[in-house]
Amino acid sequence: MKAHIDPQRCQGHGRCYTLAPDLFGEDDEGYGTVPGDGVVQPAQVHTARLARSNCPESAIDLSEES
Amino acid sequence: MAVDDRFTQDHRDSDPDQPAGTRNEVVTGPVADWATDFSHVEPEWAADPYTIQDDLRQRCPVAHTERFGGAWLPTRYADVAEIAYDTERFSSRSVVMSNFRPPLDLAPMGAIPPISSDPPFHHGARKLLLPVFTRSAVAKREAATRAFCHSLIDSFGDRPVVDAAHDYAQHIPIRVIADMLGFPPEDAPQFKVFIENTLEGVNNPQDERMEAFNQLFDYLYKQIHDHLDDPRDDLTTYLINAELYGHKLQSEHVAGTMALLLIAGIDTTWSAIGASLWHLAKTPADRERLVAEPEMVPTAAEEMLRAYAPVTMARLVKQDMRWRDVDMKAEDWVLLSFPAANRDPAQFDRADEVVIDREVNRHAAFGLGIHRCVGSHLARMELRVALEVWLERIPSFSLDDPSGVTWAKGQVRGPRTLPLRIA
Ligand code: HEM
Ligand code: SF4
Repeated sequence: MKAHIDPQRCQGHGRCYTLAPDLFGEDDEGYGTVPGDGVVQPAQVHTARLARSNCPESAIDLSEES
Repeated sequence: MAVDDRFTQDHRDSDPDQPAGTRNEVVTGPVADWATDFSHVEPEWAADPYTIQDDLRQRCPVAHTERFGGAWLPTRYADVAEIAYDTERFSSRSVVMSNFRPPLDLAPMGAIPPISSDPPFHHGARKLLLPVFTRSAVAKREAATRAFCHSLIDSFGDRPVVDAAHDYAQHIPIRVIADMLGFPPEDAPQFKVFIENTLEGVNNPQDERMEAFNQLFDYLYKQIHDHLDDPRDDLTTYLINAELYGHKLQSEHVAGTMALLLIAGIDTTWSAIGASLWHLAKTPADRERLVAEPEMVPTAAEEMLRAYAPVTMARLVKQDMRWRDVDMKAEDWVLLSFPAANRDPAQFDRADEVVIDREVNRHAAFGLGIHRCVGSHLARMELRVALEVWLERIPSFSLDDPSGVTWAKGQVRGPRTLPLRIA
């Protein structure tokens, strides 16, 4: 599973980097980022889904291909 | 020092006449039918807007009123979201609904950028503020905020009953934003008056409202001049020096943004803290759970923001159009109720219940789209710290007199009197 943020939708609510800080980060203006390669480790799946389902702009995508 | 000639004249000096714009007749008094005659400033709405909105969502999802010169009230999450995203057809030229529509040529900046700005002007005006309000930037204020919350509780002494809205919640955002803007904390009582006029006095005579706005801007220009003479490391000096597209900001932009930060930062957060304490005071199970598991406070705070979302915004319709089976006219208001969206059962399970550990909570308390609250990270920090300190110091408390609780009317809703028994 890979995490991706759609920069067209993201408005910097920051739910993702608060709920899943090991997967998401913030840039200098508070927009969400995916600092690493975005690969979601099995132990991170729960928080990744939590971030996706709490993003008010529905900007987070968790695609199944590696 | 060179004189900054942007501020030698006040932007209001250039048009000494009555400000242009459209006024309509003020209609007050009991509402006949909420679907055709709603008013968010009548006592029934202030006491309980949720029952009214839940009923409208079922029988008339886009309600109307002739008051305020014509306005609409959508109550479904999907409709609120669509309007928030549609900055082409709905303008932010005025986000507080009253009986006065500011002149069209106030767009695209509006009086209090960026909240009153439309694209493309909005983008730059917002971008200036973002770095100052990121989660990391506001984290630096957490220790001072926590110490301030403790000092407020220290000041309760051994009083058995305190007014948590007046003696606690209110002071926290005032102190934080006054510090950020570099205003003297002892000016706090004046800020309260400015806010009440802007947000609660929408049916007051327009001349009275203008006079109060003038007092607010007199105060802000005084602060600007003080900062020109003595620049400091604060938001006021930052805005005076800021540049957009190679130019410094116009004086009305600097003063307008300061006005926005003062108004948007205080009443809203005060309401969120107060509503959360009110809920915990009347719901012992939730209170006990948070006392036992303080790490739950951030999750609980999100649920409080969903269920008791303090902020409703407004838009102005740009052109006549048919929208969701209603005929909207140019210059009609739309009341954009994030509180109603947050209680739509099509979007949330158990929408009308407070579920303190709700895991999936895609609420819209801080808005949606390009106007997402710039202060949301600051507000969340203040709310969390205010609740953590209160629960640590006063783990047991209850409503002293449920009928003594009063709520603000208008577009920002929260308790204004909240007598709590703390011993
Ligand atoms: C719990 C507290 C708060 C709530 C519920 C809240 C809510 C909102 C909402 C719903 C909007 C969207 C406006 C729209 O769509 O027209 C907004 C915008 C804004 N808020 Fe807040 N707010 C809060 C606290 C704060 C604080 C503490 C500050 C700053 C000190 C602040 C500054 C702003 C600014 C500058 C905007 C305009 C953003 C833009 O137009 O780009 N707010 N707020
Ligand atoms: S939660 Fe969504 S909108 Fe907020 S920063 Fe993350 S991706 Fe962006």
